[in-house]
Amino acid sequence: MSFNVEKGEILGFLGPNGAGKTTTMRIITGYMPASAGTVRIDGFDVGDNPIQCRKRIGYLPENPPLYTEMTVASYLRFVGKIKGVTSARLAAEVDRVMDKVNITDVRERIIARLSKGYKQRVGIAQALLNDPPVLILDEPTIGLDPKQIHEVRELIKELAGKHTVILSTHILPEVEQTCHRVIIIDHGKIVAVDTPQNLRTQGQGTSRIFVEVKGPSTEIVSALKALPGVVGVRTESETDGSFRFQVDSDVRQDIRSEMAKAIVTRGWGLQELHSSVMSLEDIFIKLTTAEDIHASDTDPS
Amino acid sequence: MKNIIAIVQRELGTYFVSPVAYVVLTIFLFLSGIFFQTVLSSVLRDSMMQAMQGAQFGQGPPPIDVPGIVSRSFLGSMSVILLFMIPMITMALFSEEKKRGTIELLLTAPLTDAEVILGKFFAAASFFVILLATTWIPMAVLYIFGKPASGPILTAYLGLFLYSMSLVAVGMFISSLTENQIVAGVLSFGTFLLLWLVNVMANTAQGTSKAVLSYLSILDHLDDFMKGVLSTSNVIFYLSLTIVGVFLTYRSVDSLRWRG
Repeated sequence: MSFNVEKGEILGFLGPNGAGKTTTMRIITGYMPASAGTVRIDGFDVGDNPIQCRKRIGYLPENPPLYTEMTVASYLRFVGKIKGVTSARLAAEVDRVMDKVNITDVRERIIARLSKGYKQRVGIAQALLNDPPVLILDEPTIGLDPKQIHEVRELIKELAGKHTVILSTHILPEVEQTCHRVIIIDHGKIVAVDTPQNLRTQGQGTSRIFVEVKGPSTEIVSALKALPGVVGVRTESETDGSFRFQVDSDVRQDIRSEMAKAIVTRGWGLQELHSSVMSLEDIFIKLTTAEDIHASDTDPS
Repeated sequence: MKNIIAIVQRELGTYFVSPVAYVVLTIFLFLSGIFFQTVLSSVLRDSMMQAMQGAQFGQGPPPIDVPGIVSRSFLGSMSVILLFMIPMITMALFSEEKKRGTIELLLTAPLTDAEVILGKFFAAASFFVILLATTWIPMAVLYIFGKPASGPILTAYLGLFLYSMSLVAVGMFISSLTENQIVAGVLSFGTFLLLWLVNVMANTAQGTSKAVLSYLSILDHLDDFMKGVLSTSNVIFYLSLTIVGVFLTYRSVDSLRWRG
Protein backbone atom coordinates (compact mmCIF):
# COMPACT_ATOMS: atom_id res chain seq x y z
CA MET A 1 0.00 0.00 0.00
CA SER A 2 1.13 3.52 -0.63
CA PHE A 3 -0.25 6.80 0.64
CA ASN A 4 0.69 10.32 1.66
CA VAL A 5 -0.50 12.32 4.60
CA GLU A 6 -0.45 16.09 4.39
CA LYS A 7 0.57 18.27 7.28
CA GLY A 8 -2.30 19.12 9.60
CA GLU A 9 -4.59 16.47 8.18
CA ILE A 10 -6.62 13.86 10.03
CA LEU A 11 -6.40 10.59 8.20
CA GLY A 12 -8.64 7.71 9.20
CA PHE A 13 -7.67 4.09 8.76
CA LEU A 14 -10.64 1.88 8.35
CA GLY A 15 -10.74 -1.83 7.91
CA PRO A 16 -12.15 -5.05 9.29
CA ASN A 17 -10.34 -6.85 12.08
CA GLY A 18 -7.10 -8.29 10.83
CA ALA A 19 -6.96 -6.00 7.81
CA GLY A 20 -3.53 -4.69 8.79
CA LYS A 21 -4.38 -1.40 10.50
CA THR A 22 -2.26 -2.06 13.57
CA THR A 23 0.57 -3.50 11.51
CA THR A 24 0.63 -0.42 9.29
CA MET A 25 0.74 1.83 12.32
CA ARG A 26 3.49 -0.21 13.91
CA ILE A 27 5.54 0.11 10.75
CA ILE A 28 5.01 3.88 10.64
CA THR A 29 6.08 4.22 14.27
CA GLY A 30 9.15 2.08 13.70
CA TYR A 31 8.05 -0.60 16.15
CA MET A 32 8.15 -3.15 13.35
CA PRO A 33 10.39 -2.97 10.31
CA ALA A 34 8.73 -3.08 6.91
CA SER A 35 9.61 -6.20 4.92
CA ALA A 36 9.50 -4.03 1.80
CA GLY A 37 9.03 -0.36 1.10
CA THR A 38 9.74 2.73 3.13
CA VAL A 39 8.06 5.20 5.42
CA ARG A 40 9.22 8.80 5.40
CA ILE A 41 8.39 11.36 8.03
CA ASP A 42 9.52 14.91 7.38
CA GLY A 43 11.89 13.42 4.84
CA PHE A 44 13.46 11.04 7.36
CA ASP A 45 13.31 7.35 6.55
CA VAL A 46 11.98 5.23 9.43
CA GLY A 47 14.41 2.42 8.68
CA ASP A 48 17.56 4.54 8.23
CA ASN A 49 16.88 7.26 10.76
CA PRO A 50 14.69 5.68 13.41
CA ILE A 51 15.52 8.07 16.24
CA GLN A 52 14.81 11.21 14.19
CA CYS A 53 11.50 9.73 13.07
CA ARG A 54 10.42 8.59 16.50
CA LYS A 55 11.10 12.05 17.89
CA ARG A 56 8.43 13.36 15.54
CA ILE A 57 5.80 10.77 16.40
CA GLY A 58 3.43 10.44 19.31
CA TYR A 59 2.01 6.96 19.36
CA LEU A 60 -0.92 5.48 21.20
CA PRO A 61 -0.93 1.71 20.66
CA GLU A 62 -4.11 -0.33 20.77
CA ASN A 63 -3.55 -1.12 24.44
CA PRO A 64 -2.27 2.01 26.15
CA PRO A 65 1.28 1.23 27.29
CA LEU A 66 0.94 2.11 30.96
CA TYR A 67 3.12 1.24 33.92
CA THR A 68 0.10 0.68 36.11
CA GLU A 69 1.96 0.78 39.41
CA MET A 70 3.03 4.38 38.84
CA THR A 71 1.03 7.52 39.46
CA VAL A 72 -0.24 9.44 36.45
CA ALA A 73 2.20 12.29 36.97
CA SER A 74 5.26 10.12 37.55
CA TYR A 75 4.39 7.98 34.53
CA LEU A 76 4.11 11.04 32.32
CA ARG A 77 7.38 12.40 33.69
CA PHE A 78 9.10 9.14 32.77
CA VAL A 79 7.68 9.14 29.24
CA GLY A 80 8.63 12.80 28.91
CA LYS A 81 12.20 11.99 29.86
CA ILE A 82 12.61 9.18 27.37
CA LYS A 83 11.00 11.35 24.70
CA GLY A 84 13.72 13.90 25.23
CA VAL A 85 11.83 16.63 27.08
CA THR A 86 14.50 18.65 28.88
CA SER A 87 14.26 18.60 32.65
CA ALA A 88 13.64 22.35 32.72
CA ARG A 89 10.50 21.96 30.60
CA LEU A 90 9.38 18.60 32.01
CA ALA A 91 7.01 19.75 34.75
CA ALA A 92 5.30 22.32 32.52
CA GLU A 93 5.01 19.84 29.65
CA VAL A 94 3.42 17.18 31.89
CA ASP A 95 0.94 19.77 33.18
CA ARG A 96 0.15 20.85 29.63
CA VAL A 97 -0.77 17.37 28.36
CA MET A 98 -2.69 16.52 31.53
CA ASP A 99 -4.71 19.67 31.06
CA LYS A 100 -5.28 18.88 27.41
CA VAL A 101 -6.89 15.50 28.06
CA ASN A 102 -8.51 16.54 31.33
CA ILE A 103 -6.72 14.26 33.78
CA THR A 104 -5.24 16.87 36.09
CA ASP A 105 -7.63 15.78 38.85
CA VAL A 106 -6.14 12.27 38.95
CA ARG A 107 -2.47 13.29 38.66
CA GLU A 108 -1.40 11.66 41.94
CA ARG A 109 -3.53 8.54 41.54
CA ILE A 110 -2.05 5.13 40.79
CA ILE A 111 -2.83 4.26 37.18
CA ALA A 112 -4.01 0.74 38.09
CA ARG A 113 -6.88 2.22 40.09
CA LEU A 114 -8.18 4.42 37.27
CA SER A 115 -11.18 3.57 35.11
CA LYS A 116 -10.70 2.46 31.53
CA GLY A 117 -11.62 5.88 30.20
CA TYR A 118 -9.01 7.61 32.34
CA LYS A 119 -6.38 5.05 31.41
CA GLN A 120 -7.11 5.66 27.74
CA ARG A 121 -6.74 9.38 28.29
CA VAL A 122 -3.43 8.88 30.09
CA GLY A 123 -2.40 6.95 26.98
CA ILE A 124 -3.37 9.88 24.77
CA ALA A 125 -1.57 12.31 27.09
CA GLN A 126 1.55 10.20 26.76
CA ALA A 127 1.37 10.44 22.97
CA LEU A 128 1.06 14.24 23.14
CA LEU A 129 4.22 14.67 25.23
CA ASN A 130 6.94 16.74 23.60
CA ASP A 131 4.41 18.04 21.08
CA PRO A 132 5.19 15.69 18.18
CA PRO A 133 4.10 16.88 14.73
CA VAL A 134 2.70 13.45 13.88
CA LEU A 135 0.22 11.59 16.05
CA ILE A 136 -0.58 7.95 15.46
CA LEU A 137 -3.59 6.79 17.41
CA ASP A 138 -4.66 3.17 17.25
CA GLU A 139 -8.36 3.06 18.15
CA PRO A 140 -8.23 6.09 20.44
CA THR A 141 -11.87 5.99 21.60
CA ILE A 142 -12.05 2.31 22.49
CA GLY A 143 -13.48 1.69 25.95
CA LEU A 144 -14.68 5.23 26.55
CA ASP A 145 -18.20 6.27 27.47
CA PRO A 146 -20.17 8.35 24.94
CA LYS A 147 -19.33 11.64 26.61
CA GLN A 148 -15.63 10.83 26.69
CA ILE A 149 -15.75 9.62 23.09
CA HIS A 150 -17.15 12.99 22.14
CA GLU A 151 -14.43 14.76 24.12
CA VAL A 152 -11.67 12.74 22.53
CA ARG A 153 -13.04 13.38 19.04
CA GLU A 154 -13.20 17.08 19.75
CA LEU A 155 -9.64 16.89 21.05
CA ILE A 156 -8.47 15.16 17.90
CA LYS A 157 -10.15 17.78 15.72
CA GLU A 158 -8.52 20.46 17.81
CA LEU A 159 -5.12 18.83 17.36
CA ALA A 160 -5.40 18.80 13.58
CA GLY A 161 -3.85 21.73 11.84
CA LYS A 162 -0.92 21.83 14.20
CA HIS A 163 -0.45 18.08 14.21
CA THR A 164 -0.89 15.49 11.55
CA VAL A 165 -3.13 12.76 12.92
CA ILE A 166 -3.42 9.22 11.67
CA LEU A 167 -6.04 7.25 13.52
CA SER A 168 -7.37 3.79 13.05
CA THR A 169 -10.80 2.68 14.00
CA HIS A 170 -13.57 0.34 13.15
CA ILE A 171 -16.22 2.74 14.42
CA LEU A 172 -17.60 4.36 11.29
CA PRO A 173 -19.31 7.44 12.73
CA GLU A 174 -15.94 8.33 14.20
CA VAL A 175 -14.43 8.54 10.75
CA GLU A 176 -17.35 10.55 9.41
CA GLN A 177 -17.13 13.02 12.25
CA THR A 178 -13.40 13.49 12.64
CA CYS A 179 -11.44 12.57 9.56
CA HIS A 180 -10.58 14.69 6.56
CA ARG A 181 -9.63 11.69 4.54
CA VAL A 182 -10.29 7.97 4.86
CA ILE A 183 -8.24 5.01 3.79
CA ILE A 184 -10.14 1.76 3.76
CA ILE A 185 -7.85 -1.22 3.87
CA ASP A 186 -8.51 -4.88 3.62
CA HIS A 187 -6.02 -7.72 3.61
CA GLY A 188 -3.19 -5.22 3.77
CA LYS A 189 -4.29 -3.47 0.59
CA ILE A 190 -5.92 -0.10 0.10
CA VAL A 191 -9.40 -0.50 -1.32
CA ALA A 192 -10.42 3.16 -1.19
CA VAL A 193 -8.93 6.57 -0.39
CA ASP A 194 -11.17 9.62 -0.29
CA THR A 195 -13.03 12.07 1.91
CA PRO A 196 -15.91 10.54 3.85
CA GLN A 197 -18.40 12.65 1.88
CA ASN A 198 -17.07 11.59 -1.51
CA LEU A 199 -16.98 7.97 -0.50
CA ARG A 200 -20.58 8.17 0.46
CA THR A 201 -21.81 9.72 -2.77
CA GLN A 202 -19.69 7.46 -4.91
CA GLY A 203 -20.96 4.36 -3.22
CA GLN A 204 -24.48 5.36 -4.00
CA GLY A 205 -26.07 4.86 -7.39
CA THR A 206 -29.53 5.55 -6.09
CA SER A 207 -31.00 7.40 -3.16
CA ARG A 208 -33.61 5.72 -1.05
CA ILE A 209 -36.79 7.24 0.37
CA PHE A 210 -39.06 5.70 2.94
CA VAL A 211 -42.67 6.76 2.74
CA GLU A 212 -45.70 5.75 4.76
CA VAL A 213 -49.09 6.35 3.20
CA LYS A 214 -52.66 5.58 4.21
CA GLY A 215 -54.67 4.48 1.18
CA PRO A 216 -55.07 1.76 -1.48
CA SER A 217 -51.72 0.03 -1.86
CA THR A 218 -51.72 -0.95 -5.55
CA GLU A 219 -52.74 2.53 -6.68
CA ILE A 220 -50.11 4.11 -4.48
CA VAL A 221 -47.44 1.86 -5.95
CA SER A 222 -48.35 2.77 -9.52
CA ALA A 223 -48.50 6.46 -8.63
CA LEU A 224 -45.06 6.30 -7.05
CA LYS A 225 -43.63 4.41 -10.02
CA ALA A 226 -44.97 7.12 -12.33
CA LEU A 227 -42.80 9.77 -10.65
CA PRO A 228 -39.78 10.86 -12.72
CA GLY A 229 -36.47 9.22 -11.76
CA VAL A 230 -37.98 6.39 -9.71
CA VAL A 231 -36.29 3.09 -10.42
CA GLY A 232 -37.99 0.81 -7.93
CA VAL A 233 -40.75 0.63 -5.34
CA ARG A 234 -41.05 -2.02 -2.69
CA THR A 235 -43.80 -2.49 -0.14
CA GLU A 236 -42.24 -2.99 3.24
CA SER A 237 -45.06 -3.44 5.72
CA GLU A 238 -48.68 -2.73 6.42
CA THR A 239 -50.30 -1.57 9.64
CA ASP A 240 -54.01 -0.57 9.95
CA GLY A 241 -54.37 0.28 6.29
CA SER A 242 -51.24 2.38 6.07
CA PHE A 243 -48.37 1.07 3.98
CA ARG A 244 -44.64 1.59 4.16
CA PHE A 245 -42.80 1.80 0.88
CA GLN A 246 -39.19 1.88 0.01
CA VAL A 247 -38.60 3.98 -3.07
CA ASP A 248 -35.27 4.01 -4.91
CA SER A 249 -34.62 6.86 -7.26
CA ASP A 250 -31.83 8.41 -9.27
CA VAL A 251 -29.33 10.07 -6.99
CA ARG A 252 -29.20 13.22 -9.11
CA GLN A 253 -32.93 13.95 -8.70
CA ASP A 254 -34.54 14.95 -5.45
CA ILE A 255 -38.11 13.70 -5.78
CA ARG A 256 -39.28 14.18 -2.23
CA SER A 257 -41.50 17.21 -2.80
CA GLU A 258 -42.93 15.73 -6.02
CA MET A 259 -43.74 12.59 -4.15
CA ALA A 260 -45.46 14.40 -1.32
CA LYS A 261 -47.49 16.40 -3.82
CA ALA A 262 -48.52 13.28 -5.75
CA ILE A 263 -49.76 11.61 -2.58
CA VAL A 264 -51.52 14.57 -1.05
CA THR A 265 -53.33 15.67 -4.26
CA ARG A 266 -54.82 12.19 -4.56
CA GLY A 267 -56.30 12.53 -1.10
CA TRP A 268 -54.21 9.77 0.54
CA GLY A 269 -52.87 10.29 4.00
CA LEU A 270 -49.14 11.02 3.99
CA GLN A 271 -47.92 9.88 7.36
CA GLU A 272 -44.17 9.82 7.00
CA LEU A 273 -41.55 10.60 4.41
CA HIS A 274 -37.81 10.51 4.90
CA SER A 275 -34.81 9.89 2.78
CA SER A 276 -32.21 7.47 3.95
CA VAL A 277 -28.62 8.22 3.14
CA MET A 278 -26.49 5.25 2.31
CA SER A 279 -24.18 5.21 5.30
CA LEU A 280 -20.45 4.86 5.25
CA GLU A 281 -21.16 1.58 6.90
CA ASP A 282 -22.84 0.21 3.78
CA ILE A 283 -20.01 1.50 1.62
CA PHE A 284 -17.49 -0.02 3.95
CA ILE A 285 -19.18 -3.40 3.82
CA LYS A 286 -19.54 -3.13 0.08
CA LEU A 287 -15.85 -2.29 -0.39
CA THR A 288 -14.43 -4.85 1.99
CA THR A 289 -16.61 -7.74 0.93
CA ALA A 290 -16.88 -7.10 -2.78
CA GLU A 291 -13.57 -8.63 -3.81
CA ASP A 292 -13.04 -11.18 -1.15
CA ILE A 293 -15.62 -13.03 0.86
CA HIS A 294 -12.99 -14.40 3.24
CA ALA A 295 -12.77 -11.03 4.93
CA SER A 296 -14.98 -12.25 7.73
CA ASP A 297 -12.82 -15.13 8.90
CA THR A 298 -9.53 -13.34 9.43
CA ASP A 299 -8.39 -13.26 13.03
CA PRO A 300 -8.69 -10.10 15.05
CA SER A 301 -5.53 -8.10 15.47
CA MET B 1 23.06 8.32 28.93
CA LYS B 2 20.19 10.47 30.21
CA ASN B 3 17.78 7.96 28.72
CA ILE B 4 19.53 5.06 30.44
CA ILE B 5 19.26 6.86 33.77
CA ALA B 6 15.54 7.49 33.21
CA ILE B 7 14.98 3.78 32.60
CA VAL B 8 17.09 2.76 35.60
CA GLN B 9 15.10 5.13 37.82
CA ARG B 10 11.75 3.85 36.63
CA GLU B 11 12.81 0.23 36.90
CA LEU B 12 14.23 0.59 40.40
CA GLY B 13 11.16 2.60 41.38
CA THR B 14 8.98 -0.28 40.24
CA TYR B 15 10.89 -2.77 42.39
CA PHE B 16 10.30 -0.65 45.45
CA VAL B 17 6.68 0.25 44.70
CA SER B 18 5.74 -3.38 44.21
CA PRO B 19 6.37 -5.86 47.02
CA VAL B 20 9.06 -7.66 44.99
CA ALA B 21 12.04 -5.69 46.31
CA TYR B 22 10.88 -5.89 49.91
CA VAL B 23 10.18 -9.61 49.77
CA VAL B 24 13.53 -10.37 48.15
CA LEU B 25 15.40 -8.08 50.58
CA THR B 26 13.64 -9.54 53.62
CA ILE B 27 14.22 -13.15 52.65
CA PHE B 28 17.82 -12.37 51.73
CA LEU B 29 18.50 -10.61 55.04
CA PHE B 30 16.83 -13.39 56.99
CA LEU B 31 18.72 -16.14 55.21
CA SER B 32 22.05 -14.36 55.28
CA GLY B 33 21.57 -13.69 59.01
CA ILE B 34 20.91 -17.36 59.68
CA PHE B 35 23.88 -18.42 57.55
CA PHE B 36 26.12 -16.01 59.39
CA GLN B 37 24.97 -17.21 62.79
CA THR B 38 25.38 -20.88 61.81
CA VAL B 39 28.82 -20.35 60.33
CA LEU B 40 29.96 -18.28 63.27
CA SER B 41 28.82 -20.74 65.93
CA SER B 42 30.30 -23.77 64.17
CA VAL B 43 33.64 -22.02 63.64
CA LEU B 44 33.69 -20.92 67.27
CA ARG B 45 32.92 -24.47 68.44
CA ASP B 46 35.73 -25.87 66.30
CA SER B 47 38.22 -23.32 67.51
CA MET B 48 37.20 -23.97 71.11
CA MET B 49 37.70 -27.71 70.70
CA GLN B 50 41.07 -27.18 69.14
CA ALA B 51 42.05 -24.87 71.98
CA MET B 52 40.98 -27.52 74.50
CA GLN B 53 42.93 -30.24 72.67
CA GLY B 54 45.94 -27.95 72.65
CA ALA B 55 45.57 -27.39 76.40
CA GLN B 56 45.40 -31.17 77.06
CA PHE B 57 48.72 -31.68 75.36
CA GLY B 58 50.14 -28.78 77.30
CA GLN B 59 50.50 -26.49 74.34
CA GLY B 60 49.14 -23.03 73.79
CA PRO B 61 46.05 -22.59 71.59
CA PRO B 62 46.86 -23.10 67.87
CA PRO B 63 46.51 -19.94 65.83
CA ILE B 64 43.07 -19.90 64.18
CA ASP B 65 41.92 -17.06 61.95
CA VAL B 66 38.29 -17.05 63.12
CA PRO B 67 37.13 -13.86 61.29
CA GLY B 68 38.81 -15.04 58.08
CA ILE B 69 37.15 -18.46 58.13
CA VAL B 70 33.77 -16.97 59.03
CA SER B 71 33.86 -14.32 56.33
CA ARG B 72 35.03 -16.80 53.71
CA SER B 73 32.30 -19.37 54.34
CA PHE B 74 29.66 -16.72 54.92
CA LEU B 75 30.36 -14.86 51.68
CA GLY B 76 30.73 -18.18 49.89
CA SER B 77 27.22 -19.11 50.94
CA MET B 78 25.91 -15.81 49.54
CA SER B 79 26.55 -17.10 46.04
CA VAL B 80 24.01 -19.86 46.62
CA ILE B 81 21.37 -17.49 47.99
CA LEU B 82 21.94 -15.14 45.05
CA LEU B 83 21.42 -18.02 42.67
CA PHE B 84 17.87 -18.23 44.00
CA MET B 85 17.24 -14.49 44.28
CA ILE B 86 18.46 -13.27 40.90
CA PRO B 87 15.71 -14.97 38.83
CA MET B 88 13.11 -13.33 41.09
CA ILE B 89 14.24 -9.92 39.88
CA THR B 90 15.31 -10.65 36.32
CA MET B 91 12.30 -12.74 35.31
CA ALA B 92 10.06 -9.67 34.92
CA LEU B 93 12.59 -7.42 33.15
CA PHE B 94 11.28 -7.91 29.63
CA SER B 95 8.48 -10.47 29.98
CA GLU B 96 6.33 -8.08 31.98
CA GLU B 97 6.89 -5.25 29.48
CA LYS B 98 5.84 -7.57 26.68
CA LYS B 99 2.75 -8.70 28.53
CA ARG B 100 1.64 -5.19 29.43
CA GLY B 101 2.43 -3.79 25.99
CA THR B 102 4.75 -1.18 27.47
CA ILE B 103 7.54 -2.61 25.36
CA GLU B 104 5.79 -0.85 22.46
CA LEU B 105 6.29 2.44 24.28
CA LEU B 106 9.98 1.79 24.87
CA LEU B 107 10.63 0.58 21.33
CA THR B 108 8.82 3.49 19.67
CA ALA B 109 10.31 6.17 21.91
CA PRO B 110 13.39 7.95 20.57
CA LEU B 111 15.65 5.48 22.34
CA THR B 112 18.05 2.96 20.92
CA ASP B 113 17.50 -0.69 21.81
CA ALA B 114 20.88 -0.62 23.54
CA GLU B 115 19.72 2.17 25.84
CA VAL B 116 16.63 0.20 26.83
CA ILE B 117 18.62 -2.97 27.48
CA LEU B 118 21.45 -1.29 29.37
CA GLY B 119 18.94 0.67 31.46
CA LYS B 120 17.23 -2.51 32.51
CA PHE B 121 20.52 -4.31 33.11
CA PHE B 122 21.92 -1.55 35.30
CA ALA B 123 18.67 -1.32 37.25
CA ALA B 124 18.68 -5.04 38.10
CA ALA B 125 22.43 -4.99 38.71
CA SER B 126 22.19 -2.06 41.10
CA PHE B 127 19.49 -3.84 43.04
CA PHE B 128 21.94 -6.67 43.70
CA VAL B 129 24.60 -4.17 44.71
CA ILE B 130 22.10 -2.98 47.34
CA LEU B 131 21.46 -6.60 48.30
CA LEU B 132 25.18 -7.30 48.67
CA ALA B 133 25.60 -4.11 50.68
CA THR B 134 23.21 -5.46 53.30
CA THR B 135 25.64 -8.27 54.09
CA TRP B 136 27.78 -5.60 55.72
CA ILE B 137 25.46 -5.76 58.70
CA PRO B 138 26.73 -9.20 59.84
CA MET B 139 30.18 -8.49 58.40
CA ALA B 140 30.46 -5.43 60.63
CA VAL B 141 30.28 -7.80 63.62
CA LEU B 142 33.54 -9.36 62.48
CA TYR B 143 35.20 -5.98 62.30
CA ILE B 144 33.87 -4.94 65.72
CA PHE B 145 34.98 -8.09 67.55
CA GLY B 146 37.95 -9.16 65.49
CA LYS B 147 40.50 -8.12 62.96
CA PRO B 148 39.74 -9.88 59.68
CA ALA B 149 42.17 -9.44 56.80
CA SER B 150 40.42 -7.02 54.44
CA GLY B 151 42.09 -8.24 51.23
CA PRO B 152 40.22 -11.54 50.84
CA ILE B 153 36.97 -9.85 51.87
CA LEU B 154 37.33 -7.24 49.14
CA THR B 155 38.13 -9.81 46.47
CA ALA B 156 35.19 -11.92 47.69
CA TYR B 157 32.87 -8.96 47.21
CA LEU B 158 34.32 -8.23 43.81
CA GLY B 159 33.74 -11.88 42.89
CA LEU B 160 30.15 -11.83 44.13
CA PHE B 161 29.54 -8.61 42.21
CA LEU B 162 30.87 -10.01 38.93
CA TYR B 163 29.01 -13.27 39.53
CA SER B 164 25.72 -11.39 40.07
CA MET B 165 26.28 -9.30 36.92
CA SER B 166 26.71 -12.37 34.78
CA LEU B 167 23.61 -14.07 36.17
CA VAL B 168 21.56 -10.88 35.79
CA ALA B 169 22.62 -10.65 32.14
CA VAL B 170 21.69 -14.28 31.47
CA GLY B 171 18.41 -13.87 33.37
CA MET B 172 17.59 -10.74 31.39
CA PHE B 173 18.14 -12.61 28.14
CA ILE B 174 15.82 -15.40 29.22
CA SER B 175 13.21 -12.84 30.25
CA SER B 176 13.27 -11.34 26.77
CA LEU B 177 12.28 -14.70 25.28
CA THR B 178 8.82 -14.97 26.76
CA GLU B 179 5.78 -12.97 27.85
CA ASN B 180 5.31 -15.13 30.89
CA GLN B 181 7.19 -14.20 34.05
CA ILE B 182 6.89 -17.65 35.56
CA VAL B 183 8.28 -19.31 32.46
CA ALA B 184 11.16 -16.83 32.47
CA GLY B 185 11.76 -17.42 36.18
CA VAL B 186 11.78 -21.21 35.95
CA LEU B 187 13.94 -21.19 32.82
CA SER B 188 16.47 -18.84 34.43
CA PHE B 189 16.55 -20.84 37.60
CA GLY B 190 17.05 -24.06 35.64
CA THR B 191 19.84 -22.50 33.63
CA PHE B 192 21.59 -21.21 36.75
CA LEU B 193 21.36 -24.58 38.46
CA LEU B 194 22.76 -26.24 35.37
CA LEU B 195 25.67 -23.79 35.31
CA TRP B 196 26.20 -24.51 38.97
CA LEU B 197 26.02 -28.31 38.80
CA VAL B 198 28.05 -28.57 35.65
CA ASN B 199 31.14 -29.32 37.72
CA VAL B 200 29.45 -32.44 39.10
CA MET B 201 29.05 -33.60 35.52
CA ALA B 202 32.67 -32.67 34.93
CA ASN B 203 33.75 -35.21 37.55
CA THR B 204 32.49 -38.10 35.46
CA ALA B 205 33.60 -36.68 32.12
CA GLN B 206 37.03 -37.17 30.62
CA GLY B 207 39.57 -35.28 28.56
CA THR B 208 38.51 -32.13 26.78
CA SER B 209 34.86 -32.36 27.78
CA LYS B 210 35.94 -32.48 31.42
CA ALA B 211 38.00 -29.34 30.97
CA VAL B 212 35.18 -27.54 29.17
CA LEU B 213 32.54 -28.55 31.69
CA SER B 214 34.57 -27.58 34.69
CA TYR B 215 35.42 -24.26 33.07
CA LEU B 216 31.72 -23.52 32.62
CA SER B 217 30.87 -23.98 36.28
CA ILE B 218 29.90 -20.55 37.59
CA LEU B 219 30.68 -21.35 41.21
CA ASP B 220 34.19 -22.76 40.66
CA HIS B 221 35.35 -19.41 39.35
CA LEU B 222 34.25 -17.82 42.59
CA ASP B 223 36.57 -19.98 44.75
CA ASP B 224 39.69 -17.98 43.95
CA PHE B 225 37.96 -14.70 44.80
CA MET B 226 36.91 -16.16 48.15
CA LYS B 227 40.48 -17.16 48.90
CA GLY B 228 41.65 -13.66 48.14
CA VAL B 229 43.17 -14.55 44.79
CA LEU B 230 42.42 -12.11 42.02
CA SER B 231 43.00 -13.89 38.73
CA THR B 232 42.22 -12.31 35.39
CA SER B 233 40.89 -15.56 33.95
CA ASN B 234 38.06 -15.56 36.50
CA VAL B 235 37.30 -11.88 35.96
CA ILE B 236 37.22 -12.48 32.22
CA PHE B 237 34.95 -15.49 32.65
CA TYR B 238 32.27 -13.46 34.44
CA LEU B 239 32.68 -10.41 32.23
CA SER B 240 32.36 -12.47 29.08
CA LEU B 241 29.29 -14.24 30.42
CA THR B 242 27.79 -10.81 31.15
CA ILE B 243 28.58 -9.54 27.67
CA VAL B 244 27.14 -12.66 26.06
CA GLY B 245 23.94 -12.24 28.08
CA VAL B 246 23.57 -8.56 27.17
CA PHE B 247 24.38 -9.22 23.52
CA LEU B 248 21.87 -12.09 23.27
CA THR B 249 19.23 -9.81 24.82
CA TYR B 250 20.04 -7.24 22.16
CA ARG B 251 19.49 -9.78 19.40
CA SER B 252 16.36 -11.07 21.06
CA VAL B 253 14.82 -7.58 21.36
CA ASP B 254 15.72 -6.94 17.74
CA SER B 255 13.91 -10.11 16.69
CA LEU B 256 10.96 -9.05 18.82
CA ARG B 257 10.36 -6.25 16.35
CA TRP B 258 10.15 -8.73 13.51
CA ARG B 259 7.80 -11.02 15.34
CA GLY B 260 5.60 -8.13 16.42
